[in-house]
Amino acid sequence: MKNTPKKRKSRLVETEDGRLLIKSPMAYVYLLLPMAFLCLFVLFPTVMAGRMAFFQKYNFMKSLGTGFGTNAFEYVLHDKVFWQAAKNTGILMAVALPATVALSLMFALLINAIKRLKGMFQALFFLPYVTSSIAIGAAFQWLFHSEYGYFNWFIGLFGAAPQKWLTDSSCVIWALCIFCIWNGLAYKIVLFLAGLQKIDKEVYKAAKIDGTSPWRTTVKITLPLLAPTTWMVSMMSMIYTAKTYNEVYSLFTSYGGGGSAGPGNNAITLVYYIYYQFYERQKVNYAAAAAIIFLAVILLLTTIQRLVAKKFVQYV
Amino acid sequence: MPRIHEKRVIDTKQIVSDIIKYALLTIGALILFFPFLWMLTTSLKTLSEAIATPPVWLPRAPQWVNYAVVWNMKPFMRYIMNTVICCICHVAGVVVFSVLGAYAFSMYSFRFKGFFFTLFMLTMMVPGELLIIQNYITIQKMHLMDTYIAVFLPTLASGFYIYMLREHFMQMPPSLFKSAKVDGTSNWRFLWRVMVPMNRNTIFTIAILSFIGQWNAFLWPELVTRTDATKLVSSGLIAFRSEASSNVQYMMAGSCIVLIPMIVFYAVFNKQIINGVGGGGIKG
Repeated sequence: MKNTPKKRKSRLVETEDGRLLIKSPMAYVYLLLPMAFLCLFVLFPTVMAGRMAFFQKYNFMKSLGTGFGTNAFEYVLHDKVFWQAAKNTGILMAVALPATVALSLMFALLINAIKRLKGMFQALFFLPYVTSSIAIGAAFQWLFHSEYGYFNWFIGLFGAAPQKWLTDSSCVIWALCIFCIWNGLAYKIVLFLAGLQKIDKEVYKAAKIDGTSPWRTTVKITLPLLAPTTWMVSMMSMIYTAKTYNEVYSLFTSYGGGGSAGPGNNAITLVYYIYYQFYERQKVNYAAAAAIIFLAVILLLTTIQRLVAKKFVQYV
Repeated sequence: MPRIHEKRVIDTKQIVSDIIKYALLTIGALILFFPFLWMLTTSLKTLSEAIATPPVWLPRAPQWVNYAVVWNMKPFMRYIMNTVICCICHVAGVVVFSVLGAYAFSMYSFRFKGFFFTLFMLTMMVPGELLIIQNYITIQKMHLMDTYIAVFLPTLASGFYIYMLREHFMQMPPSLFKSAKVDGTSNWRFLWRVMVPMNRNTIFTIAILSFIGQWNAFLWPELVTRTDATKLVSSGLIAFRSEASSNVQYMMAGSCIVLIPMIVFYAVFNKQIINGVGGGGIKG
């Protein structure tokens, strides 16, 4: 069977694991369209962003850039708004990210542990995934309203003073965190549930025969076996959180004016900063410089993940 | 005797822990659902009920007229149609490109295969937000601004879906292909007559996930659509927001109009969506 010449150009080769592969340049024809689109809309823009970031001047009307220099990077790195964006994105990663992962893990474990209504709870908890954050953001905007919002009414029940969630510069980031936690739960719960289903049921049977308590089983068996999933979910949400944009837009734009994220751009995130420089201020080179910095951060995070995963996480 | 006794103790423990589990889940579901419920009830309130403190939870008489008012304030039907059209084109493109790409990478052996595959996988790492700058200029140069094509064109080729489908194509038993070759089936025919039908579940999942993605997309469609003739629901809702201003009941009715089609879609396909996200995520 090996290397049997077939018809004209195409012939078959067998791989080590016994699959047959077609050896033919027709593959390029199949790849032509997807490749063309990837080149035009992903690779080319990435390269161009790299180029634009080093323009010294950029004329938006003529979409023409001139010169080569690092002044866009200098501007961005000295821009207070950029550091505000970096700080907010950092807070989201330090607060909202662990909170969503922990909460979604808890709910997934609970859903996995019950016998009746499992499907119903799973369906309920996943609904926010399919609903647009712009539409839900409109609801959160009113729930956070300083005078009429139910959120202030609710914390008032515990004696807390009402806050200006969307306009007070020290509160905006916490309003954003709450919305992001709420918005991120659904997806992670489903990923955790999928991970839980992959754990071998025999392990639980053994634990039951030994008379291990359910709590101990969870801590000593389920969680360690779930570690690869937990790791994968945390890493995916890290990238996802770094990209937070829709949530900011829907909560804050109407409070900022001029397309800024809340009063004085206090709720801005890195991706919002790119959008803000590009679309609202039409400073393409600044936007590109910020985007390149953002890409570098993402690549750095991914590389660290890979290295750490290789060392510590054992995939089962 | 001791064994029976032990069993009874475990049972009471079991019941208590079950109660705690269901209670926690119910509280969680209520918190997660609260914005939806609030949205729905507020869309049926009068303005004074909507902003009353302490809260008025349910409207005394449901104000269905809010929906009629909102429906006439902005062309929501147009927005929904625009979104549906863009979603269908997007899904069709994504599916065809993913099938072609996955077939080449799973069944063919060619020069630079590894290089091309790495290139496709690398595109998954580039955040879409980086691409909007040049893509906006490209779309402008192609004179496609404010058209449907502009909305879905840049996101048709997806490294992620190609990867996902390739994994499934590679799991097909080699005997299938061998017998097809014996029968003299062409490679092209084999793809569409055997591979695609046999992987229809995965392809369906890709279709559903990309549909949801396009329906909820915001940043890019907002940049390239200018007029009501092409705006998608999320951009339309943002435009509506400034008109509804402080009429929160209208705002919520508008949001409900945007959400309801997706909730119906979810109600119909929730099994596939959940399985697709769970399975796809693990592989990605």
